[in-house]
Amino acid sequence: MNRPLMLVQIGLAMAVGLATMVLFPLVAPLYGVINATLYTSMAIFALSLALLWGFAGILCFGQSAFFGLGAYAYAIAAINFGDTTIACAFAILVPVLFAAALGYFLFYGRLSDVYLGVITLTVTLILFKLINSTGGDSWRIGKARIGGFNGIPDTPPLRVPFGGEILSPTQLFVFAIICLVVVYTFCKWLALTRFGRAIAAVRENEVRAELLGYNAKRLKLAIFCISAGLAGLAGLLFANTVFVSPTIFGLSMAAQVLIWVIVGGLGTFVGPVVASIVLQMVAVYFGKLGWIDPNIVLGALLIAFVVFVPSGLLPTATRIAGILKNRAGSRGRAGQALPGEVGERQVS
Amino acid sequence: MSAPILRAQGVAVHFGGVKALDGVDLSVDRGELRCLIGPNGAGKTTFFRCLTGVLKPTLGTIVFRDESIGGWERHEIARAGIGIKTQVPSLFDGLSVEENLWLSLRKVAEERRRQELILEVLDRIGIADLRKLILGRMAHGQRQLVELAMVVASSPELVLLDEPAAGMTDAEVERLARVILDLNSNHTVVVVEHDMQFIRMIANIVTVFHQGRVLVEDHVESILHDDRVRAVYLGKKNVE
Amino acid sequence: MVLLQIASAIGNLALVCAGLAVIFGMMRVINLAHGEFIMLGGFAAVLSVHAGVNIWLAMLVVAPLTVAAVGLIVERLIMRRLYGRMVDTMLATWGVSLLLIGLTTTLFGNRVVGIAAPLGSFRIGGYSIGAYELVITLISIAIFVGGYLLLRWTPLGLVARATMQNREMAASLGIEPSRVYAVTFGIGAALSGLAGGLLAPLSGVVPTMGVAYVAKAFITVITGGASIIVGTATSSLLLGSISTLTTFLTTPVVGDVALLVSATIFLRLMPTGITGRIFRGAP
Ligand SMILES: Nc1ncnc2c1ncn2[C@@H]1O[C@H](COP(=O)(O)OP(=O)(O)OP(=O)(O)O)[C@@H](O)[C@H]1O
Ligand SMILES: [Mg+2]
Repeated sequence: MNRPLMLVQIGLAMAVGLATMVLFPLVAPLYGVINATLYTSMAIFALSLALLWGFAGILCFGQSAFFGLGAYAYAIAAINFGDTTIACAFAILVPVLFAAALGYFLFYGRLSDVYLGVITLTVTLILFKLINSTGGDSWRIGKARIGGFNGIPDTPPLRVPFGGEILSPTQLFVFAIICLVVVYTFCKWLALTRFGRAIAAVRENEVRAELLGYNAKRLKLAIFCISAGLAGLAGLLFANTVFVSPTIFGLSMAAQVLIWVIVGGLGTFVGPVVASIVLQMVAVYFGKLGWIDPNIVLGALLIAFVVFVPSGLLPTATRIAGILKNRAGSRGRAGQALPGEVGERQVS
Repeated sequence: MSAPILRAQGVAVHFGGVKALDGVDLSVDRGELRCLIGPNGAGKTTFFRCLTGVLKPTLGTIVFRDESIGGWERHEIARAGIGIKTQVPSLFDGLSVEENLWLSLRKVAEERRRQELILEVLDRIGIADLRKLILGRMAHGQRQLVELAMVVASSPELVLLDEPAAGMTDAEVERLARVILDLNSNHTVVVVEHDMQFIRMIANIVTVFHQGRVLVEDHVESILHDDRVRAVYLGKKNVE
Repeated sequence: MVLLQIASAIGNLALVCAGLAVIFGMMRVINLAHGEFIMLGGFAAVLSVHAGVNIWLAMLVVAPLTVAAVGLIVERLIMRRLYGRMVDTMLATWGVSLLLIGLTTTLFGNRVVGIAAPLGSFRIGGYSIGAYELVITLISIAIFVGGYLLLRWTPLGLVARATMQNREMAASLGIEPSRVYAVTFGIGAALSGLAGGLLAPLSGVVPTMGVAYVAKAFITVITGGASIIVGTATSSLLLGSISTLTTFLTTPVVGDVALLVSATIFLRLMPTGITGRIFRGAP
């Protein structure tokens, strides 16, 4: 609906992205750049869930399944084919196909939404267990050893397409930032397309949407697959910064991304990106302190937000700003809508 | 105005032991304006739910335009041309009136045409000034009107209206009657109502539901003087 | 002999599910901290045995009471604010789960502690099975039979069933739902603690052990459907047998996977669970 605002937001995102990818490598040490690439991949991961949960209203507890599949698919395909461009395609396609199969089962089985969360979580844990038990030489896909809980340490790094050079850490960082900006723009754009609005309709009232002729199940399946593809892309970047191991299917990975989205705010895209970056820094900080377990911080944050700020930081901030502005401006215009109240989701 | 657009035969819905519908036979002609009445719990809403695919009938067949829609999905039925205003307004609460209408114009491909139609329909129903409001914050009567507007906008071949006049002021009821008559000029309409005044304004043939079956079907005036109908209503409560 | 093993696996599964079934069945709260409640029960039992408490006392009394106390605190401070918001309760209990993992890791370190199982093992033919495992099976049967009788025949059970079926109605009859919820949460936590205490000698105790239980318990309870006792019992029976048989044929990991996969398939076939279909209306 609000096209100009969206263009401004996208422009801003591009500007910030451009500035970051040019300036940051100049001032930061190498490990800082590598870390930033990791954060960026996680931000994309957060966006994938922001799209699925925040925008489409489908709460998936096991988003890390798609992330992990993307990472593993990249590593295994890259080892087998030698060419990393094909591996990238695998990193996105494998999660999408997996999501299609799982989603078909979930959405066409008329399972209630609550079970969807539990089942997706279960699926992640199954993958965790399965991959953990693939230690030893007998477990391999083509040339790639899956390696059980040791993971795949010798993942080939990303190259320029068609047999080009290996990307340097800085180039990889630039690539990651470009991906992030593109994914963000994609999400914003998607929300405004007919498809996106139909998704919003299904989120608001599934039965009504169907009575108007929207195929709710297919729409949900489609957004589920899209979100899985984005998570796969995040996994691909992750596999290039940190080596893949089963912990990416673990519970804390699944919990983290959920926390980023809820802290950043449901229904927004910027919020989860910022939250993911800030919270990762916080986690690293507490990790360095050593005496406090990061799980304590994650847990406390999650509880605090669910209980006190359930709509997340960005919408809450917008609402407070709106209230203040209303106070300052025209007093007592009855029935005027405050931005960001319950039930309304603005997509920023 | 001859071939039936809708034909229900022996439609039954059982909830455990409760027989909400117990073999309904009903046929509606193309272009007709039909009223369904009946005491509370007679099964009118349940019947509408079967027609829209929200419930699958336990027994019986429903034929819409020569096709049996008994096992169809909700969206398939909607696409085939049945639209409904439900008894309890069911809308997209987080979205604005305008966006709600936009969503009901699924069939209209061109964006500009959609915007035109939105304004046109809102004007016709008389809620153009509510365009930007978020549905979740509106009063019940207004929500009723928005849902009506959505049905009108989506322009299905068969329009089902479940108690559209409930909670409306007299002026609004009169306006509603005009909208429905207008709608009927090129759509088949089936209306469930309790308000006899209102039914008199619009109806020709009335079907009376009782305990999950069709009790009688006749012209309005004959219905009003039918002893069986009186007995059914007086047994429950007085007709307004 | 294989039958005994299967029986013991079913008993374990049912035991692990009991606490969750109570909380989910009564309150429709998906308690993702269930696994950590079990873990706390394990720690309570192990630590008190190390402190010189009799092992039976530690498992059967100390563990459930400790966890019940924790459960009541969680209910009071967090859950009470969230009733009716199912997704939020799920998220909040996940937070509790992470918090408890973090706290126990900080306090006890990330290593396995354990106690020796009481009673020896006995032999039938060429096989041996721990007598203790049979005791666990008997205890879980006792819990389920006791729970059934309690719900079916006592005034307390009537109150509980009434609240399960219709909150407003129960409230209008003068039953105070918040009290019922607090008690339910406490009982559920106590059962999880009991499970943790009883399983500690078999599996050892480690802060991250809960994860393994929560998914399994959940899917079993959901597969059971609306009737918490009969449902959970039947689905434990079914899924426990499937996973043990698969474990025999392959490895424990595949056995676990088989449990989860078959439960998911059951849910696909019967979205309302076994008792949504078959034993309607039993408690
Ligand atoms: N989901 C359900 N489960 C059990 N019984 C139901 C259900 N839905 C409807 N019923 C029962 O079916 C019967 C018919 O209900 P229905 O809503 O169709 O009546 P109605 O004619 O629309 O009444 P009203 O004029 O009050 O709207 C009622 O006795 C009702 O209690
Ligand atoms: Mg009705």
